[in-house]
Amino acid sequence: MPLSAEAVQAIRLTLQLATATTLLLLLLATPLAWWLASTRSRWRSPVSALVTLPLVLPPTVLGFYLLVLMGPDGAVGRLTTALGWGTLNFTFTGLLIGSLVFSLPFAVQPIQHAFEAIGPRPMEVAATLRARPLDAFFSVALPLARPGLLTAAILSFAHTVGEFGVVLMIGGNIPGQTRVVSMQIYGHVEAGEFTQAHVLSAGMVVLTFGVLLALALMKRRAGRVIP
Amino acid sequence: MSAPAVDDPHHRVRLQVTREGFALDVDLALPARGITVLFGASGSGKTTVLRCVAGLERARQGLVQIGHEVWQDEARGIFLPTWRRPLGYVFQEASLFEHLDVQANLQFGLKRTRTPGAAQALSAAIALLGIEKLLARQPAQLSGGERQRVAIARALTTQPRLLLLDEPLAALDAARKQEVLPWLERLRDELHTPMLYVTHSADELVRLADHVVLLEEGRVVGAGPTGQVLSSPSHPVLQGEDVGAVLAAHIAERDSRWHLCRAEFDGGSLWLRDSGLPVGQAVRLRVLARDVSLLTYAPHDTSIQNHMPCTIEQVAPDQHPSQLLVSCRVGGSVLLVRVTARALHSLGLRAGHAAWLQLKSVALLR
Repeated sequence: MPLSAEAVQAIRLTLQLATATTLLLLLLATPLAWWLASTRSRWRSPVSALVTLPLVLPPTVLGFYLLVLMGPDGAVGRLTTALGWGTLNFTFTGLLIGSLVFSLPFAVQPIQHAFEAIGPRPMEVAATLRARPLDAFFSVALPLARPGLLTAAILSFAHTVGEFGVVLMIGGNIPGQTRVVSMQIYGHVEAGEFTQAHVLSAGMVVLTFGVLLALALMKRRAGRVIP
Repeated sequence: MSAPAVDDPHHRVRLQVTREGFALDVDLALPARGITVLFGASGSGKTTVLRCVAGLERARQGLVQIGHEVWQDEARGIFLPTWRRPLGYVFQEASLFEHLDVQANLQFGLKRTRTPGAAQALSAAIALLGIEKLLARQPAQLSGGERQRVAIARALTTQPRLLLLDEPLAALDAARKQEVLPWLERLRDELHTPMLYVTHSADELVRLADHVVLLEEGRVVGAGPTGQVLSSPSHPVLQGEDVGAVLAAHIAERDSRWHLCRAEFDGGSLWLRDSGLPVGQAVRLRVLARDVSLLTYAPHDTSIQNHMPCTIEQVAPDQHPSQLLVSCRVGGSVLLVRVTARALHSLGLRAGHAAWLQLKSVALLR
């Protein structure tokens, strides 16, 4: 059966959210992972625990706190209101922020592990070959950490596609704004529309499987080039 | 070796490092050219010295002056980061960038060096290390010896004022070591860049060093030209069977009838197996203390070809109480002899006496 206009809209929104989350996470997580992998600061452990938190907490807890923070009386909410943006709950931006927090450990950990596996030696070698630290980071550390970056991107994407609890709390269910595929399926099931729920659910399974398969294949290929 | 005569002051390295369970306190004046070997057991602080010179570690008290350039002077608050020091560094293990092929590895430093003649430096380094055929390969496709040759060439592309080598052969098996050593000898003979070479291998010390700095538990216990340091009997650098002198010599004559050649050193000459080296070729001779014997008279009617008069300089105890190490002066050189204490006693030889040396075996090194 053809997909309804609503379903297509939900799929498009989901892909938009996952793409934006992945790109932003790579930008945020890479420097954070580098810091965690190389610092000797006493803040390392607390920060590391904080970054891992979303991995362990129920998404509803995370969503609840985000809801409170971004609400009219929350710190973030007051700031955004003062800036003239209104509150972010039940908007795409709010959802994006939630997704970033929710998927942060999935981006940071693979990149951090990749940096740790590289060790300090290649950066030292680069310095003896006249590379400034920033130059060495981009020309040596990042290329060597490519498998980790790839894993981070794919996990962030897949994890965002699969998120539900956070969306439920802060996204609401506004078509074209915050109604992603997982919410759409939930809605179908609530309404007893099992056929539509089946189609979307099967699509999710196929998409997720495809992503994870691609990841496994790419890792195997990378393993051949870089032992 | 035709080194240009320039006014090049010695390099000065003064470092104090204190860490838990380890203290380093050295003050070195290093010659402006040739290979200076930092020799010592593991934990003696050799690598720390090298890392401090490179700026990879920072000594709390330190002065690193290379020629006219000051790289570090804590008294004046000067500390150049590694990337601003014109040095080359060869690490112990293969440190090639795995994401780049050999050519790109070589060009990494070249691209970041803004000195004229950089392109020639690259082709010179490639030729010097004989790696022309490896350029298109990935590091993973190279043998351990090839990797180190590429790493050395890469360090040379930046035209360093000082080349630092941290046990570059230690990670290689014996066969690979023998494969890379001749390239290092070639480097020493053809390059005008001074080298600071860390090792704990007697073989590398004997074959490569022009100067030696002996480190023991973070302190310098001896330093000087190789021949001088190695022939000191009271503080033998090398242990057991390795004790012996190293003489700088050159091929003076070849005898095609008997397939022999005569190597002349400061104070005498020795007949050796002719290995095809041309007359005039500089060589080094390794004479192990166990291969030399002492006589009170000029030997004749002996199958041993090499003997010469000498003056006994010093008698020192050896590792076993039955044995002594005797240093004997021959002209400008000093050889070491291992004898039993009883033999020396019955011959009645003491420091200052004239005697004869008989050499059973001499190793010729490039």
